[in-house]
Amino acid sequence: MEEKIKLLQDCRVLDFTNETGFLCGKILGDLGADVIKVEKPGGDESRNLGSFYQDIPDPEKNLYWFSYNHNKRGITLNIETETGKEILLKLVGKTDIFLETFPPGYLHKLGLDYASLSKLNPKLIMTSITPFGQSGPYKDYKGSDLVLTAMSGFMSVLGDPDKPPVRPTLPQSYMWIGMHAAEGTLMAYYHRGMTGEGQHVDVSGQAGVIWALSIAPSFYDLNKEVPKREGSFITGRSITGAMLRAVYPCKDGYLTYVIYGGPAGKRTNRRLVEWMDSEGMAPDYLKNKDWDQFDIAKVTQEEVDQLEEAYMKFFKTVTKKEFFERVLENDMLGYPVATAREILEDEQLKARGLWREVEHEELGTKITYPAFSTIFSSIACDFWRRAPLIGEHNREVYGEIGLDNTEILRLKRANVI
Amino acid sequence: MMDTTRQIFEGINVAEFAAIAAGPAIGKHLADHGARVVHVESYERPDGFRANYPPYKGNQYGLNRAGSFGICNNNKYGVTINLKEKEGVDLALELIEWADVVIENFTPGTINKLGIGYEEMKRVNPDIILLSTCNQGQTGPHALHPGFGSHLSSLCGFTYMTGYPDRLPCILYGPYVDHVGVGYGVIAAVAALEHRRRTGEGQFIDLAQYEAGVQFMIPALLEYSINHRVIERDGNRHSFAAPHNTYPCKGDDRWCVISVFNDEEWKALCKCMGRNELISDPRFKTIPARKEHEDEVDKEVGKWTSRLTAEEVFKKLQDNGVKAGIVQTIEDLYADPQLKHRGFWAPVDHPEIGRCHAEGPPFAFSKTPFKIDRPAPMIGEHNELVFKTFLPAGKKKQRRD
Repeated sequence: MEEKIKLLQDCRVLDFTNETGFLCGKILGDLGADVIKVEKPGGDESRNLGSFYQDIPDPEKNLYWFSYNHNKRGITLNIETETGKEILLKLVGKTDIFLETFPPGYLHKLGLDYASLSKLNPKLIMTSITPFGQSGPYKDYKGSDLVLTAMSGFMSVLGDPDKPPVRPTLPQSYMWIGMHAAEGTLMAYYHRGMTGEGQHVDVSGQAGVIWALSIAPSFYDLNKEVPKREGSFITGRSITGAMLRAVYPCKDGYLTYVIYGGPAGKRTNRRLVEWMDSEGMAPDYLKNKDWDQFDIAKVTQEEVDQLEEAYMKFFKTVTKKEFFERVLENDMLGYPVATAREILEDEQLKARGLWREVEHEELGTKITYPAFSTIFSSIACDFWRRAPLIGEHNREVYGEIGLDNTEILRLKRANVI
Repeated sequence: MMDTTRQIFEGINVAEFAAIAAGPAIGKHLADHGARVVHVESYERPDGFRANYPPYKGNQYGLNRAGSFGICNNNKYGVTINLKEKEGVDLALELIEWADVVIENFTPGTINKLGIGYEEMKRVNPDIILLSTCNQGQTGPHALHPGFGSHLSSLCGFTYMTGYPDRLPCILYGPYVDHVGVGYGVIAAVAALEHRRRTGEGQFIDLAQYEAGVQFMIPALLEYSINHRVIERDGNRHSFAAPHNTYPCKGDDRWCVISVFNDEEWKALCKCMGRNELISDPRFKTIPARKEHEDEVDKEVGKWTSRLTAEEVFKKLQDNGVKAGIVQTIEDLYADPQLKHRGFWAPVDHPEIGRCHAEGPPFAFSKTPFKIDRPAPMIGEHNELVFKTFLPAGKKKQRRD
């Protein structure tokens, strides 16, 4: 077996993103890039968002920071000072990719926008991530996870119909944006490899969340139907308008089971009824059902309700674990509604070697992280280093551009780094 | 102003033995940027999005009338190959020889059984990139377990964290996690192309949509393994922002969102509401105070928003530095001036569906803009073009080395 290579190991990334863009740099880091997270002197404000290690509110113990800034080195730099700007320009000379989340126009005012920096380094790729994009009527508007989940339309299909729309409680929009930003950045990097030409990549947060809607837009596009939130029900699978339950309460939590047609769906229903029957819980109409004639596209709500009523009663008597074992053994469709605990205990993920115990020597502990997103036969995609402490690599990185320890100390005192 | 008219993936050939969303949407992103993508299906087994999933134009069923197929397959070439026949397998291998990248999302092991596994692919095309994407990955005890994205989104923890605490968890509309896998699939495909550019070698990519989804869950995993807390669904509440919620607006089922992360934003919100007295109200002065009186905060804000349209709230608050938005319906998205400005909805004319729209990418390149100029193919539409023109041209002619 050949050794896998760190694909992007000769690629230097300067990462000026806030929490909306962390994932982009992390993905490049996973693929081996030398990603340098640049913070303000004293540390980024984003180090105060969300939960902390053992609930100790300390910018060096922030769990969101740990989650999406690993595989990066960390330096501090105030680019609003003249000296800071000079240092940045030196760094840019050795940079391949510049990631930033400043409001549109901010870097222009500092003379550090793509037009200026690309004169210095024509091969530079700059990826700018903002809530709405670099131009257009909303370019100066601000975003938050809630705002982007709403403006992308995603929220309109989430939540119970009799309650206000909701967002997923664990913010998702920054994940979508960071992931898409990594796609665009890598495409630009590949293009540069082919042509030698750098360019500016303008990522819109709003547009970045729209794929979370899956195929929902096509209902409006084709038929002017507007998909809406239906709680725990799936819509749009049947031309009769029937809604299908996708979340059932069970003995110790919830299950996802959906009445589907097709070979897998029919098999699943048949085997569920057999299971129910073995427990004496299958009503006659279920036992006598001809699944071969069952057509999900034409099923009526009445028929669905009748099926679901019996299923609902039965699922209340089984545990998540029993259900999971049953679907795995019998090739049925369905999964438990898992929590973080079950994900960490999942046999498949363990067998795939997903988890890595990472030393946090600064905390005197180890923390478990997923080590990879994808398995390549020739590219190493891995967990290389924990997230940086504030200014942890100042000496290392500034040393690389010729600053000695005395100079670094002076810059620190002057609050430049 | 433009240095080049070359598209990013010009000269790259992609063959897709893939159906529904998780595989085809990867190819779509490559096609938007100039790759020649051939989508393979058969009359015996048409793509599931054509065969089983509404919407159909005018609610009339037809293999060439499916909107879900349309949204995942614009700018591709459509061919039919029956992989159950020997001749079909030979033809598939010819297509694989032509391709730089193959994308497949069958159940693990299926392509081997069909006679077009990675080893066979390498035999006809030694530097082929094969991207296999599936639910749980190609290896491991659950690799062969069938599942759809709507199920997997629950196994991956997203469902549990969506909804109100006193209600059942809500699903994330559809096959949410499939599309996370699509993003990671695009990343993997481009990384493999870059690797091949450098080394001349292809490779095999094993992408589990489950593992891609886990990447979106890391903070919840740390919260559990370190602080022993499961993140519970909590409506729109936020542990360190208030107000942070959805509020009713004028009209039928119209809503806005407002998220206030600091006291400056709170002051600005009070001024916009014409309620300066709330600024000094001790119940609302700080975030901890507002968190403690969150129901009252929400009531005050809701009183104001319900007199306005969501658009009015959005403009007024954003113009004054408050993070606010409209809960846009899907209909709203098609009229959104910002998305229009970005050319997000790309019009295409389909022979049976008529004028419809493909989705542009969320990133805009300064020098290599995306180009969407063809609708998703009709079934078998490009058989002649692909089999007679693409294939004999061969990869030697297509590829620059």
